[in-house]
Amino acid sequence: MDKLREKAAALLADGTVTMVLGYEEGTNKPRPVFCHTAEQASKLVYSSQCINNLAVYLTKKDIMGAGKVAVIATIPTLRSILQLSVENQLNEDNLIVITVTDKDEVKQFANFAEIEAYIADFQLKLEGKEQEIINKLEGMSREERFKFWMEEMSHCFKCYACRAACPLCYCTKCIVEENRPQWINPWASPLANMEWQINRAMHMAGRCTGCGACGDACPVGIPIHLLTRKMIEDLAPEFGFTPGQPSKNGNALSTWKADDKENFIR
Amino acid sequence: MNNNNSEFEPKIVAFVCNWCTYAGADLTGTSRLKYATNVKIVRFPCTGRIDFMLLLKAFAQGADGVIVSGCHPNDCHYTSGNFHARRRWITFRGLLDFMGIDVRRIQYSWVSAAEGAKWADVVNTTVANIRELGPYTEYQKVADYLDKEEYNG
Repeated sequence: MDKLREKAAALLADGTVTMVLGYEEGTNKPRPVFCHTAEQASKLVYSSQCINNLAVYLTKKDIMGAGKVAVIATIPTLRSILQLSVENQLNEDNLIVITVTDKDEVKQFANFAEIEAYIADFQLKLEGKEQEIINKLEGMSREERFKFWMEEMSHCFKCYACRAACPLCYCTKCIVEENRPQWINPWASPLANMEWQINRAMHMAGRCTGCGACGDACPVGIPIHLLTRKMIEDLAPEFGFTPGQPSKNGNALSTWKADDKENFIR
Repeated sequence: MNNNNSEFEPKIVAFVCNWCTYAGADLTGTSRLKYATNVKIVRFPCTGRIDFMLLLKAFAQGADGVIVSGCHPNDCHYTSGNFHARRRWITFRGLLDFMGIDVRRIQYSWVSAAEGAKWADVVNTTVANIRELGPYTEYQKVADYLDKEEYNG
């Protein structure tokens, strides 16, 4: 951790970057911190407890400013950074990506290609708990599944924390703010909550890197990350991409193949 | 579920593309083929334009079933609209099924401008299927929440 602090302090002190995005000690778990001076870099921490996906800030111009910024990235954050880069949302020249390896070494990536090579060793896998809920849902009848989700979504009060936490939800005008026509009712109701989550999942289809930030951010603990996570599992074999890897040849829903297989169209 | 299915007339909304299925449905009429009157046709420039939200809106406003139909692959007026649509439906169908929404109520089909008879057949079988399934009360309950001010599963 000292090495990480030294690295961040050095970058800030010699003016290479104007800000370092990282984690500091929080109440229960580490929280994001924005270091603007070398002194602030002494607050930085890094552990497996760092679950916030810092890539979410990289598309926020008011936070990033015009200068160069360094970000301390976990594996899920690296995945998000890559996906943002294939969607042309990041400027490689204005970003320094740093990670801490398994061996506690501080690694600075020269470019996005290097991140891609590094991330290839870390396969995106379903965690035991996620797999358990998915198995449970798949074992249910359709009616039971509907009941499960309606029950879960009845807790939703439309805070849109899932949207705010997601690095790939970077539209400046979201469909829920769209009111000509009003696609999704702005209030929290079973229909509106469900429609919102269906929209969120569809807009993430083929783009989501499975970081789980949406589910972690949900204040009432709805397992909404499973919607996008399940889609990764289903669509990856269907459309031939690797879970957690950026879709370099275009996102699943912005490309097509003449021989896409289906069995439900008459 | 409504047990008295013999009296139940399904409400079906068909989202069709202008160039193939709409023309195909027109041909059904000019060929004087009779088919079920339960279907309300909404014309779109292309299947690629048919947003998945439109299907959900149809269900929310009382449709019991939905038909989505357009040009056969490689026949799209805009070259690739139906290919994009096909990917979207594959994705959407999987998601809906995972969320427990009845995907049997959405019938996708390719009907060309020459397939008037196929259109009649698609509509008739869809109406028969939905009649079998009954009204989509499960979704209606969710959609009517604000009128009733309570939601009981």
